[in-house]
Amino acid sequence: MPKPEQLHFFVDASRCIGCQACVQACTECDTHRGDSMIHLEFVDRASSAQTVPVICMHCEQPTCAEVCPADAIKRTGDGVVQSARKPRCIACGNCVLACPFGVPEVYERRQIMMKCDMCYDRASVGKTPMCAAVCPSQALFFGTHEQIEQLRPRSSPINRFQFGRQTITTRVFTMVPAARAALQPWVDVAAAMDETPRPRLIPLSPVGAADPFAGVEV
Amino acid sequence: MATIPADELRIIERFGPHRSAVDAVRQSTSAEPERLVKTHCCFCGQQCGVQLKVRGNEVIGFEPWEEFPFNRGMLCPKGVKRYLQGAHPDRLLTALQRDPSSAHGFSPLAYGDAIARAAAGIGRIQQAYGPASIALLSGASLTTEKTYLMGKFARVCLRTPYIDYNGRLCMVSAGAANKKAFGIDRTTSPWSDMIGTGVIWVAGSNVAECSPITTNYLWQAREQGAKIIVQDPRITPVARTCDLYLPVRPGRDAALFAGVLHLLIERGWIDREFIEAHTVGFDEVAEYCRQWTPARTAAVTGVPERSLQQASELWGTAASSFMLHARGIEHHSNGVQNALGAINLVLATGRIGTPRSGYGTITGQANGQGGREHGQKCDQLPGWRDIANPEHRRHIAGIWGIDEADLPGAGVDAYELFRKIDAGEIKALLSICFNPKVSLPDSGLVSRALEKLEFYVAIDFFLNETARHADLVLPGSLQEEDEGTVTQVEGRVIRINKAIDPPGEARQDWRIVQDLAAALGRPHGFTFTGPRDIFDELRRASKGGVADYSGITYEKVETRMGVFWPCYSEDPRTGRPLDHGGTPRLFERGSYNPIARGQGPFYFPDGKARFNLAEHRPAVDDAGEEYPLFLTTGRVVSQFLSGTQTRRIDPLVRQYPEPRMEMHPRLAAKLGIADGDWAEAETRRGMIALRAMVVTTIRPDTIFIPYHWPGEKSVNRLTVAAQDPISRIPQYKVCGCRVRKAAGPPAYAAILEPQQ
Repeated sequence: MPKPEQLHFFVDASRCIGCQACVQACTECDTHRGDSMIHLEFVDRASSAQTVPVICMHCEQPTCAEVCPADAIKRTGDGVVQSARKPRCIACGNCVLACPFGVPEVYERRQIMMKCDMCYDRASVGKTPMCAAVCPSQALFFGTHEQIEQLRPRSSPINRFQFGRQTITTRVFTMVPAARAALQPWVDVAAAMDETPRPRLIPLSPVGAADPFAGVEV
Repeated sequence: MATIPADELRIIERFGPHRSAVDAVRQSTSAEPERLVKTHCCFCGQQCGVQLKVRGNEVIGFEPWEEFPFNRGMLCPKGVKRYLQGAHPDRLLTALQRDPSSAHGFSPLAYGDAIARAAAGIGRIQQAYGPASIALLSGASLTTEKTYLMGKFARVCLRTPYIDYNGRLCMVSAGAANKKAFGIDRTTSPWSDMIGTGVIWVAGSNVAECSPITTNYLWQAREQGAKIIVQDPRITPVARTCDLYLPVRPGRDAALFAGVLHLLIERGWIDREFIEAHTVGFDEVAEYCRQWTPARTAAVTGVPERSLQQASELWGTAASSFMLHARGIEHHSNGVQNALGAINLVLATGRIGTPRSGYGTITGQANGQGGREHGQKCDQLPGWRDIANPEHRRHIAGIWGIDEADLPGAGVDAYELFRKIDAGEIKALLSICFNPKVSLPDSGLVSRALEKLEFYVAIDFFLNETARHADLVLPGSLQEEDEGTVTQVEGRVIRINKAIDPPGEARQDWRIVQDLAAALGRPHGFTFTGPRDIFDELRRASKGGVADYSGITYEKVETRMGVFWPCYSEDPRTGRPLDHGGTPRLFERGSYNPIARGQGPFYFPDGKARFNLAEHRPAVDDAGEEYPLFLTTGRVVSQFLSGTQTRRIDPLVRQYPEPRMEMHPRLAAKLGIADGDWAEAETRRGMIALRAMVVTTIRPDTIFIPYHWPGEKSVNRLTVAAQDPISRIPQYKVCGCRVRKAAGPPAYAAILEPQQ
């Protein structure tokens, strides 16, 4: 059994099938029953079935905590950024605006900011966070670096994200195609936002057309 | 009398579907479970292991079961939220009787009185019209013990030939094709065999939504180098990143397989040695495929020639392979031929029965495998025996302690039963685990037939849409309220463990059936003390059959986390007692089976597999001039079958509340329809008004509508009742239709909640 500190979270959106098992499982948690801390969205359902699960990336220097006027957001010694502390949070929403990954949310009913804490009650004792435990495509994976290397030879874990001049390092890793990660071991988020959509890397049709239904008459 | 006793809205008001309320115990964050029960999900054929959290007599949540080897804790949203079907406001806690004088159409009745009245009603009908005037409809979500009991109850107690089950809408095309090609009907290999294979061909299976856990096997195989081919009219979530997508026109799958086999033969990508040593019938199939040139195949199937070439190359040059198919190619009036076409590609390359090569049909229902093996099919006896085979009849009659002459012959398929009810030949119906008013095609006929029944008894835990026609409803059990076994997608027999007792007057289904037998005065053979007792008889009954369970015990299943059948109690070679571990992988070279007796690995006397002609035949009611578009149907991940359970679970309803009509933007533009607009689809049988979902992930000449909803939201009012001549599976996956923009929302939109 690996020790809790050897266990990491790896997200691979290319595997996601949008089933929402993670979202449904997250709502089962006793600390936020009924609310999911995971955001799962279609990127553009009109043109693709691609979905992306977003959990808290658990930044080494969390912007959410830096902008919190009430000092309500704490990072544990083992690197997990927690939901706002109830006695301190004033539900101002600064963290919501500041988070580069769009993770925290203010829950009006509860009058508090809440977000994914990587199932601290589970992960801190070596158990798999609920979303990763149930994820049927293992787009959400929880395990050791050795395991991910062995299981995912085609991709590499990356935890550096570039937002303009700001570099953010996170406790959670995202999986990037190995060849691309070897050239650039970080994700340039700001640059990606300016990209115009490119034809898919894997053509669905060998004819070369981006639209596999190009020949279908209506 | 089987007309609906009150306005359906009043019935809905009392009996639902309502959405699950999260009650006090589940809302409480301090209610700790008293125990965890290791069992399996109640929904699809994957049968994921899960631990149910139980407090008192209530399931209050779940915990992943990471040790169970198939899913290792993984679950889909249905598995996560399944526990909410318990302690539900719609749960039937008493028996009900049809009562037009009651505001909601039904009034409660003491259980004992209901059993007595059910028996009296059945007795009256059978006395007046003969034993064959009653039909039974059963289901493949029941445990194998219950399916065995239903088959026996029909033949031994009611003495009617008329029993069939909802696997008729699910597994029968694959089952028939497997029997014809291999002599045995089971997936060949555990899914773990996929890891390391060279290519996986997914034909007509929306794996991500219908069998989500299989996705991780696909992705893991790809990590190890497998190429993935997906054949589907829609770019499903697993097609999104596949290596080759074959955008097949609905109803042309056999042509596609023939075209690919043509290329394999032409390029020499076949295993002549295997074909010679282990198969018969190749030459005839090869001759048929000659006409399926790439040009003709492309013209018929809509798959570009270059894609056909690439599919042939990927499949033909691989060192190992997996062929997976599901309802997408099976739900056709040509369903058996389609499945045989897929099998021919497997046999031609000889890649079967080895650690990294296999073939499988992905089961739909919880017990899609076990439920099709032990006698609830109209022509079948336990152990996959044939009801027309004198030797098989004698064996089973012996186990059942009856004279073989008293054992009825073959009945008819589930749809034909409704035609017989409509024609007045069948007067009474007993149903369990089947909601045909939602699930059968051209459901107008089903409604009309139900109204003609003189007597109808339904067993269920919720009042499903069909049971609204019932004279009596007997309150049955949820999966977590009973124990037993099911056989999941890989052919692994697993244990369903009881977590709680049925509430109120609800009873375990096998008790209800036995109570009926006793009240009918024919208790002989229906005095089992529990599922374990039924399983012991099933083991003996199945012994010597192809689906031999004789060596399986509850204990063995539990210690080994499942046992793959066939599993023998005696060595088939020597007849000596044997502690057999089961058969995870079929058709291994040199393997012995009791049919071939050492002649070869396949389950025919000569030990050889069969190539079968897999001909393309045009769909019945194909798209044409008057109805120019293809209508195809299927599932969404958050709902299951006719929705009797999942339309009552609030978080699942919220995930995908109502059916939508999927169409391509080019089609939508032509029709002047925007995403979210109300649109009307019409076939020769009916019309449906739904909101449009405009996406580029579907063929522009095809619309897709999921089938989980009843009444005016039911796409099965539009589908065609054409059936495969061999398997009798209905052609759900294609019929001609036309679409127009609706003038406004339909009347139901303002009246019904999404799940109703």
